Amino acid sequence: MTQSFARTLGLRTILVLVFAFLYIPIAVLVALSFNQGGLPTVWSGFSLRWYASLVGNAAILSAALNTLIVALVSTAIATLLGTLLAIGVEMRRQYGRGLEALIFAPMIIPDIVLAIALLSFFSMLDFTLGLHTIILAHVVFNLAFVCSVVRARLKSFDWSIVEASADLGASALTTFRRVTLPVILPAVVAGALLAFTLSVDEFIIAFFTSGAGRASTTLPMQIYSMIRFGITPEINALATIVMAVSITALTLSQRLNRGVIGQ
Amino acid sequence: MAPALAWLTALMVVPCALVLALAFFRRGIYGGIEYTFTLENFGLVFDPLYAGIFLNSARIAGTATLIAVVIGYAAAYAIAATPRRWQPVFLFFAVLPFWSNYLIRTYAWIVLLNREGLITQLLRWFGYTGEPPSMLYTEGAVIAGLVYNYLPFVILACYAPLSRLNPELAEASRDLGASAVTTFRRVILPLTVPGIAAGAVFVFVLSIGNFVTPALLGGGRFQMIGNLVYDQFLTANDWPFGAALAMALIAIMLLVLTAQALAADRAAGRIAEAKGGADG
Repeated sequence: MTQSFARTLGLRTILVLVFAFLYIPIAVLVALSFNQGGLPTVWSGFSLRWYASLVGNAAILSAALNTLIVALVSTAIATLLGTLLAIGVEMRRQYGRGLEALIFAPMIIPDIVLAIALLSFFSMLDFTLGLHTIILAHVVFNLAFVCSVVRARLKSFDWSIVEASADLGASALTTFRRVTLPVILPAVVAGALLAFTLSVDEFIIAFFTSGAGRASTTLPMQIYSMIRFGITPEINALATIVMAVSITALTLSQRLNRGVIGQ
Repeated sequence: MAPALAWLTALMVVPCALVLALAFFRRGIYGGIEYTFTLENFGLVFDPLYAGIFLNSARIAGTATLIAVVIGYAAAYAIAATPRRWQPVFLFFAVLPFWSNYLIRTYAWIVLLNREGLITQLLRWFGYTGEPPSMLYTEGAVIAGLVYNYLPFVILACYAPLSRLNPELAEASRDLGASAVTTFRRVILPLTVPGIAAGAVFVFVLSIGNFVTPALLGGGRFQMIGNLVYDQFLTANDWPFGAALAMALIAIMLLVLTAQALAADRAAGRIAEAKGGADG
């Protein structure tokens, strides 16, 4: 009895400590973003002034716009290509290990390696670096993630209904639109949300493939250079907003996916 | 599926092959690349200076992995011991921080650890009057940042096998006279090795190639392989050597993944045995 009580107490203590470790750093950051004073570590009253000063910061606004462009375009391309890839792979059922590795590789290859590989590749082809090269790069890992989310959904898909649809005279396109798509749609949306967040947060590959100059600075690049300059209350406010966006998008993505698995 | 495969081939396979090829060329006199075959770049990887950075990276990544696995396993164990309906909630909140931006999570540690940061303030509040302790820009700060960033994944990886564990196995072990410690060491731990291995590999691979955390929390004083690759490409302008370093990084990664696959295979054998024993 006492032993099991001690055990429960010990386990609860571990939980409290681990969650404190995970959440205190973030909580401090969020709290400081509402701190009135200029000093980042002394509380001097609630204020939204740092959020207000973000709106007046042209560099941050242009970085945010760039990030939005990169994320939206790369997500759109990756969602289309990743979904088609998932359907193609799952429909065949038998595929080689090489294909499997090719689809898996973008998810595990170290960012720095893909970053320098793309930089070498683009400069060898004399590509002008800019937002378009970041988009090309982001599609690489985004399509792999979309593909894996959609494939998970297709594992339980009954392909005989596709055959049935074809037998009943529907064209391939109609079959896709009326049969396959409705079934996989939640997974496609979940994959797109995941891709969007990954792209919004991605730093290293964007840093290497953006080229010199401020014109193609993305938000994570902007945050990185601000951090290197030192702590400013503006970073806390910006960090809080970016965190809120990523967490909302991924929670939504997870919800959609759970709904899929629950069916 | 053809467009997707073409995209992956053109923008991943070809560039990576290019880096591999680059590693066998010579650096030009004014930066640039001279197209003559050489193995010098790989020789340079084993130069004591650079080999030292590799060992250093491996040590930092290894320490971070060990700490993350111990904390992550304990957390997963504690979550698996809560009532079933609460487990998804705890798991969700354990993973949530992982979904925020990596730079921001690292930056949060600068706020905590800097000379006038929260920890110094707390010490002052408790009556400490001396010099603020220097915690930022140390190896400890880099390790703390890596553990913090990758812990959620370890919790998730360890939780999976722990939640599937048949409680009757532990009961049987206790009934047969084994102590709690022996039961954990001989029954529970071996059955959860796949989760530990997956979590450990994830932390190690991402840590050893990491570039952001050493740059921000180590203040550039602690070179890791990632920083070295970065420097060769963006400051030293020695792309062939940078390419050789990147290939060495990939080789380490493949080695670790192979080791994990082997560990998982052996564990699968044990689990099948345990299942057979429980059923029979």
